[in-house]
Amino acid sequence: MIAFFTKSLVQRLFLLLIISIIAHSVVHLAPGEPSEVDPSNPRMKPEDIARIRAAFHLDDPLHLQYVYWMRDLFSGELKSFKDSQPVLPKIWRRFLNSLPLFLCATLIIWSLSFPTGIFAALRRGSLYDRSTTFVSYTLISIPGFFLSYLMILWVVGTFNVPVIGMRTFGMENAETAYRWMDRVWHLVIPSLMSAIGGIAILSRYVRSQMLEVIGQDYVRTARAKGVSEDEVIYGHALRNALLPFVTMFGLMLPGLIGGSVIFEQIFAWPGLGRLGYEAILARDFPVILTLNFIAAALTLAGTLLSDILYSVVDPRIRLK
Amino acid sequence: MRELWKGLKRDKLTMIGLMVLLLLLIAALAGKVFTEWIVVLDPAVVRLPDKFKPPMTAAAVDGLAAASRPPLGRYLLGTDELGRDVLARMLQGSFVSLSIGFIAVGISVVLGIALGGISGFYGDLKIGLVSIDSLIMRFTDVMLCFPTFFLILTVVALLPPSIYNIMIVIGLTSWMGTARFVRAEFFALKEQDFVVAAKALGLPERRIIFRHMVPNAIAPVLVSATIGVASAILTESALSFLGFGVQPPYATWGNILADGKGFIFDAPWLFFIPGFSILVVVLAFNLVGEGLREALNPRLRGLR
Repeated sequence: MIAFFTKSLVQRLFLLLIISIIAHSVVHLAPGEPSEVDPSNPRMKPEDIARIRAAFHLDDPLHLQYVYWMRDLFSGELKSFKDSQPVLPKIWRRFLNSLPLFLCATLIIWSLSFPTGIFAALRRGSLYDRSTTFVSYTLISIPGFFLSYLMILWVVGTFNVPVIGMRTFGMENAETAYRWMDRVWHLVIPSLMSAIGGIAILSRYVRSQMLEVIGQDYVRTARAKGVSEDEVIYGHALRNALLPFVTMFGLMLPGLIGGSVIFEQIFAWPGLGRLGYEAILARDFPVILTLNFIAAALTLAGTLLSDILYSVVDPRIRLK
Repeated sequence: MRELWKGLKRDKLTMIGLMVLLLLLIAALAGKVFTEWIVVLDPAVVRLPDKFKPPMTAAAVDGLAAASRPPLGRYLLGTDELGRDVLARMLQGSFVSLSIGFIAVGISVVLGIALGGISGFYGDLKIGLVSIDSLIMRFTDVMLCFPTFFLILTVVALLPPSIYNIMIVIGLTSWMGTARFVRAEFFALKEQDFVVAAKALGLPERRIIFRHMVPNAIAPVLVSATIGVASAILTESALSFLGFGVQPPYATWGNILADGKGFIFDAPWLFFIPGFSILVVVLAFNLVGEGLREALNPRLRGLR
């Protein structure tokens, strides 16, 4: 176990190094320089541009720039090109905004897709099964922003609540209860919208996993022994069908950054995805690279976590 | 092949999906022919007197040059903020959207089969200390670690805007799944009797790979390619929403929808027509992909 852990940790660190090098070269080799974002500004004289380029090491060779980036990242002194603010605190603040959205969406996904998937599997071929199948395909097939706009129109029109942003402007002095209600309303719709794709996919996966297990010999044996149907389904089948989902806890981690660009943009939610989008628009290389680096690190940590969790819950798996 | 068709025919939803795709193909070809070669419907004609006309409105008789009249004298799907015919733009867009989907998936399938195949067939060979297999698979892992949409966004935003860049970037970031299961299939196939027999007969490796192994490993690739076209169309529309999609003068369903969101109250048809078209087409691709999966999966065949 310890040996497996150290071995995969070393492997993953090596992968992370390669990823960071690739990301660094992709971003720096692509055309478009941070100093060219505002070429029509008459106050930007050539010597200013040269000074800026020197300050950000943009004229150094690529591998030196990489070393500078790594050094600054780990000493915490990495500064944004755009506003010279330190990058890590900037990301941390946005992370705290993204976190409730992510947690809420995850909660919605997991609490809705398991019952849906399990019942669809138990009533295979029924009207319920076929209609949930169709509905989940429809939900996967809608462009996210199209559905969100329809939802915003409907919610704002019907319940007359504001949904854009994290809170209503001017509510700072309201009663605590009102302020919290306001926060909750602002949170519910974006997290529901970002959960929809996940619900559709996960419930299909639960269904197929459940079908797979119900066809196994030990389920038939349990039935033959005269175990009650509820005990067979929830005691024998479900417990084994749930195994692969333990690994999903780990694999969800990177969703914190990558999955949220569109929805944070629609709902004007000042989170990580939007930070990345703004950084891309401003050619803010340190922020883009650091976000990418964190996302990759989260993915690698997630796969490691899911391997370990899997070996904990499934005694048939031995890590070497 | 006949068995596959039988399996598909049994599933009503798949058949509906196939029919939608057939209609789409006709629409896309018609779009290419009638908007570019024999210009019946010109998507680029600007008719300011006729802007924001709802669907089925007759064109204004005076104030329009005869050449810029729509056929039948009516705008079947209305006009947009510049008075351009939405039907013409949708037809042109259907070809562009579909070709983005197909070319992106083509790139990812070719890359996936090539890398997965090399890894599965020549995996034991070594370059220096590491085997080819572990080299390719570690590279696949690296690619899987990038947050895909964020990577696509970064590259598309940094490169000069062009429709080809979007196709290539979507293709280059979506081959990993294909590579993984082609490799797995190749590993299993390599031990099968017919491959061993082909080797014993002294057939050239090229023939073994392309005539004997690839056709047997193609089933899961076909399924994921069908679903891949759907997700490429969705990715393009998401990029359009953020302003990094296909740039004018090309119309795609994604950028018609993204432009239409500004007129959701004044001209709802500009938003709903492309939105529901994308929904129906992507749904059709997903249903056909799922139908293929069920028809190709030998374990499910007996159950149905």
